[in-house]
Amino acid sequence: MSAGAIVAISLAAALAGIAAGFWLPPHGRRPARERPRPVRRILLPFTGEAISRRAFEAASRLSKAENAIVMPAFLARVPMNLPLDTALPVQCEQGMPLLEAIEQRFSAQGIAVDSRVGRGRSYRDALRRLLEQEQFDRIIISVPEDERSGLTHDDLLWLIDHVPAEIMLLRPARDDERRISAAGLSGHF
Amino acid sequence: MSTELSTHAPVTTVERGGHKRGRLRVFLGMAAGVGKTYAMLLEGRAAQEAGRDLVIGLLETHGRAETAELAQGLPLIPRRRVTYRDTELEEMDLPAILARAPELCLIDELAHTNAPGVEHHKRYEDVSDVLAAGIDVVSTLNVQHLDSLNDRVVELTGVRVRETIPDAVLGEADEVVLIDVTPNALLDRLRAGKVYPRERIESALNNFFRIENLDALREVALREVAEEVGAKRLTAEVGGTREESLAAEAPQAVGERLLALVEPYPGAQRLVRRAWRSAQRLGGELDLLWVSRPSQRLSADHERCLSALRELASVLGAELLIEESDDVPAMIAEVAKRRGTTYILMGRARPARGLARLRIPLPQRLMELLPGVDVRVVADRAIRANAEQP
Repeated sequence: MSAGAIVAISLAAALAGIAAGFWLPPHGRRPARERPRPVRRILLPFTGEAISRRAFEAASRLSKAENAIVMPAFLARVPMNLPLDTALPVQCEQGMPLLEAIEQRFSAQGIAVDSRVGRGRSYRDALRRLLEQEQFDRIIISVPEDERSGLTHDDLLWLIDHVPAEIMLLRPARDDERRISAAGLSGHF
Repeated sequence: MSTELSTHAPVTTVERGGHKRGRLRVFLGMAAGVGKTYAMLLEGRAAQEAGRDLVIGLLETHGRAETAELAQGLPLIPRRRVTYRDTELEEMDLPAILARAPELCLIDELAHTNAPGVEHHKRYEDVSDVLAAGIDVVSTLNVQHLDSLNDRVVELTGVRVRETIPDAVLGEADEVVLIDVTPNALLDRLRAGKVYPRERIESALNNFFRIENLDALREVALREVAEEVGAKRLTAEVGGTREESLAAEAPQAVGERLLALVEPYPGAQRLVRRAWRSAQRLGGELDLLWVSRPSQRLSADHERCLSALRELASVLGAELLIEESDDVPAMIAEVAKRRGTTYILMGRARPARGLARLRIPLPQRLMELLPGVDVRVVADRAIRANAEQP
C-alpha cells in the first residue's frame, strides 16, 4: 500500500471519528429519552397529605413489569361557591410537595413518571374530569380507612362501573402504617 | 390590644401641576372589626389637636357605637345621593372634598366600588384625585381586597371579595400601617357585639370568622406588610425622587416575577412545581412560557402534556404563555421584558448534536440578553436518578 493511500485512509478515519463525535450525544451514552418509551399508563390518584406505601409499591412493581409510565395525580376539590378554574394555592401547598416526593421515589427507581393534577367539585368529579381527558390502562387506588379523607366507597363503585381500565383497589392495612409524604422529600423543594 | 407595624417610606412630596401631591397612609387589617376605622379616626383626632385642617370624606361606622362616638366633633363632608336604576345610593362627595381642600382627609374603605354615574368606578381613583390636589389622605383596607391575594384568600376562607384593588395602589402608599389583633381577641370583640349587630354574629362566627380563617388571614396580612417594608427599603436604596424610585423598582414593588420556560413533555411538570415553590418563597408571581417553532405539530402525547401543563398552571394560579418563534432566546427575552420578569427558571437542555454544539447555550444567551435577570437551571430528577444507578 502506498504512503498516499495510508495517509488518505488515516485522514478518512480521523474525519469519520470527528463526525461521529459531533453527531453522537456527549459521553457516548444513550440519553434517557431514547430508552424504550413506556406505552402503558398507570394512574395513581391521591388526596390528602400522604399515600400508602403499598399503593406506591404496587405501582412500582406493575410499572417495571409492564414498562408503564406511572402517573401520580393530585386531586383537589373546588368549593361550590367558586368557579371551577379557581387557583387553589392552599391545597397545592399540601399536594405539590407530596407530588414531588412521589416523583422522587419513582425516579430513584428508574421509573418514568408523568404527574397530573385533577380539579373538581368533589374528588370523584376531579377524577372523572381527569379520566375524560386521558386514557389509562390501570388505576391503583389505596382505599382510605376514613371515607372523609379521600374517595368514598360510592366513588369506588362508580369508578368500577364507569371506567374502562383495570382498577386495583388496595384495602387499608391497619397494621401497615408506612406512608409516603412530603416529609420524605430529599433536597429542598 | 392592637399592635402596629408600619412601612415608613422616604417621603419626598412630588410637585404635580403646581400642587404638592398629598401623602397616602393606609391602615391595613386582616378582617372587619380589627380597628382600622377606629385607628383612622384616632389619627384624625390627633391631627385636629395638632391644629391641622381635616375633614372626614367618608366614614363607614357599620353601626358601631364606639366608632361613631370617636367621629363626633370631626368635620364631616356629607355624602351625596346618586340615583341608579331608580335606587337612591349614597357615595362620597369627591367634588365637595376638592372644593373644601382640607390639609387632611379621612376616607374609609379604599377598595369600595362606586355607584355608576360618579367620577370614577373605584374609590381608590377618587383618592388619587384627592392626593393629586395636594390633600393628605388616611384610608383603610382589608387584605383580601388586594388583587394578588384574592385567590389565596378565597381558598382559605371560601369567600370571594368582589371589590378588589390593584396591588400598585398599596405599593404607592407612603405608609402602610398594619392594625393587628389576635384572632381570639377579634372573636371576643365579635361575640361582644362590637363588630356586627347581634343578629349577624352567629352567621359570622360560622362562616368567615372561624379561627382557622383568621389565623390564615393574619399571616397573609403580616406577610403583605413585611413585603411592603422590603419594597420600600429597595426604593430607598435606589435614591432619587420617590417617583423615580418607584418607577425604577415598579416590577419588584410587590415582589419578584418568575418565568419558567416549559415544553410539553413530562419533566416540565416538575419544573413548574419548582418554579411555583420558588415564587411562593419569593412572594412573586409566576408565568410559564413555551416558545414553539412556527408550524410545529404536536403529537398526541405532547398535546396531553400541554393540556396537563395548562391545568397545573391554572391550579397554581400561574399564567401559561405560548409564543411562536424561530429565535427562542430573543422571544424569551421579549416576553421577560414585557412581563417584568426578575427570575428565569429552565430545565436542563437536551444534549446538543452536530452544529448545534457551536451555539451559545441558552442560559448564557439569556444572561446576555437580560442583564439583571437571574437564570436558574433546574436539575432533571430522572437523569440524576439514572446517573446514580450502578
